[in-house]
Amino acid sequence: MKLSFNVDGDEFTLAGESSSQVKKVLKQLGVPSEVIRKIAIAMYEAEINMVIHANGGTIDVDITPEKVYIVLKDTGPGIPDIDLAMQEGYSTASEKVRELGFGAGMGLPNMKKYSDGLEITSEVGKGTTVEITVYI
Amino acid sequence: MCEYLHSVTLQEEKCRGCTDCIKRCPTEAIRVRNGKAKIINERCIDCGLCIRVCRNHAKKAVTDTLDSLLEFKYKVAIPAPTLYSQFKDILDVNLILTGLKKLGFDEVYEVARGAEIVTAASRKLLENKTLPKPIISSACPVIIRFIQIRFPELINHILPIISPMEVAAREVKANLVKKGINEKDIGVFFISPCAAKVTNVRNPIGFDQSSVDKVLSIKDVYMKLVPILKTIDRVETLRQSSNNGIGWAISGGEGKFLGIENYIAVDGIENVNKILEKVENGKLKDVDFIEGLACHGGCLGGPLTVENSFVAKNHLEKILRYSVKVKKQDNQDMINSDLNLTWSNPIISKPVMTLDQDMEKAIKKLEELERIYDSLPQIDCGSCGAPNCRALAEDIVRDNANIEDCIFMLRQKVREMAEDMVNLSRKLPPAFRKNDD
Repeated sequence: MKLSFNVDGDEFTLAGESSSQVKKVLKQLGVPSEVIRKIAIAMYEAEINMVIHANGGTIDVDITPEKVYIVLKDTGPGIPDIDLAMQEGYSTASEKVRELGFGAGMGLPNMKKYSDGLEITSEVGKGTTVEITVYI
Repeated sequence: MCEYLHSVTLQEEKCRGCTDCIKRCPTEAIRVRNGKAKIINERCIDCGLCIRVCRNHAKKAVTDTLDSLLEFKYKVAIPAPTLYSQFKDILDVNLILTGLKKLGFDEVYEVARGAEIVTAASRKLLENKTLPKPIISSACPVIIRFIQIRFPELINHILPIISPMEVAAREVKANLVKKGINEKDIGVFFISPCAAKVTNVRNPIGFDQSSVDKVLSIKDVYMKLVPILKTIDRVETLRQSSNNGIGWAISGGEGKFLGIENYIAVDGIENVNKILEKVENGKLKDVDFIEGLACHGGCLGGPLTVENSFVAKNHLEKILRYSVKVKKQDNQDMINSDLNLTWSNPIISKPVMTLDQDMEKAIKKLEELERIYDSLPQIDCGSCGAPNCRALAEDIVRDNANIEDCIFMLRQKVREMAEDMVNLSRKLPPAFRKNDD
């Protein structure tokens, strides 16, 4: 089944709503809890990144009995060096964002850690697409 | 056999079938059917929110009655520390404990003392650092059940230790048996602010058999105790607890006494839900301990209490200050309980939200659910008896409701039928038709 979300970019406090929804759905589907946990963490990090760096975007989720496949698309500034961004502790978040408790440089590493497949394509000035796969 | 699942029940004659309780229930466990609020048994976690929000007082928790004292030869009261906070102007806990003995109990053992033993055991368990962080307190039975239903992946974060009530009951029973009293003759009565404890005693989580025999509500005991307290001329020294154990009744009391600096104390089930969501998202790994209590203000806000929780807190703080003046420090050195306080059974998840055991079928049902939800007005009016449009859609795919239960959908159907009738009434048999028909 497919789910789609529009993520607002200007509302920090609402960030994470889509991942909350997805979690609820996965529980209704009887997905094992350890799988839900992985998806929850990976998707939440990706969603937060989208709000912090790219002023929001869209999320498409495809759920089958075998896997959960999540695509997050934004038209933000893009990531100049993905390998660098993957390093723990590396962050380009503004001081303001850090004051809110985000931007610890663990976003991408956590996405990698908690997903079974992570694909990031990005073009500076155009936007970023993050594809997360978690097998059930 | 029917498993005992919850103590919160409906008094049918008082229920007017409004939407107050269905809308507030944190597990969407209530539906209005035939004009009455019906609880979906396996979803109820006994949080007591419906008891509090019902304007007609139609919800209550079934507890044991004081008559049940007659069932036992040797009667023991184990009062929750919240009891102490209910009486205005009484600062000496010994007076209340003496009152309990006058009420008909042979012995009194404080749950606050049990709390101190639990704290000592918790400290040991926390030292070996095997539990994933943040560790979640197991003190509130509602929260454990909430996690079983809504956050199964957090089950291994729960501190696997029995409750102060259970410790108190086991401890006092063991002591009395040592003194030569037949275990069968002993009745342990928990005096409770909490509806969930009733269920917990009949159907414990983490072990098989509770040592508590009966659960009385603070309300019932309070009514009997007030006149008795006025007649007491000699106060017995019965208090064993220190302030630390009594402090458990207040939200944050457990964490404070544990000596953990880095903890979150959260009360009110909807607030706990938000915090657990954060834990689920991996956001609170830097926190050591979470003390989550379902009632606002902690146990002082329990549904079986008499006094307003804010007033009760003021009373309890007065008692704590008075105790510092007249009495003892923490006597935790004296704790040499040989009881095993850890759980013997694993906590299992209760996937009551799952639409179907077979995931393929569950996906089909969920797609159907989304389709139905899109067609509904999405104003969550509650007239269908479900808390919101989404819950109605869920009930429909579970075959527990019909789309026409929605008054807007029904109206639309009637309208379509009426239009069809008008259109049909215009139709004539071919023999009667004119050219322009």
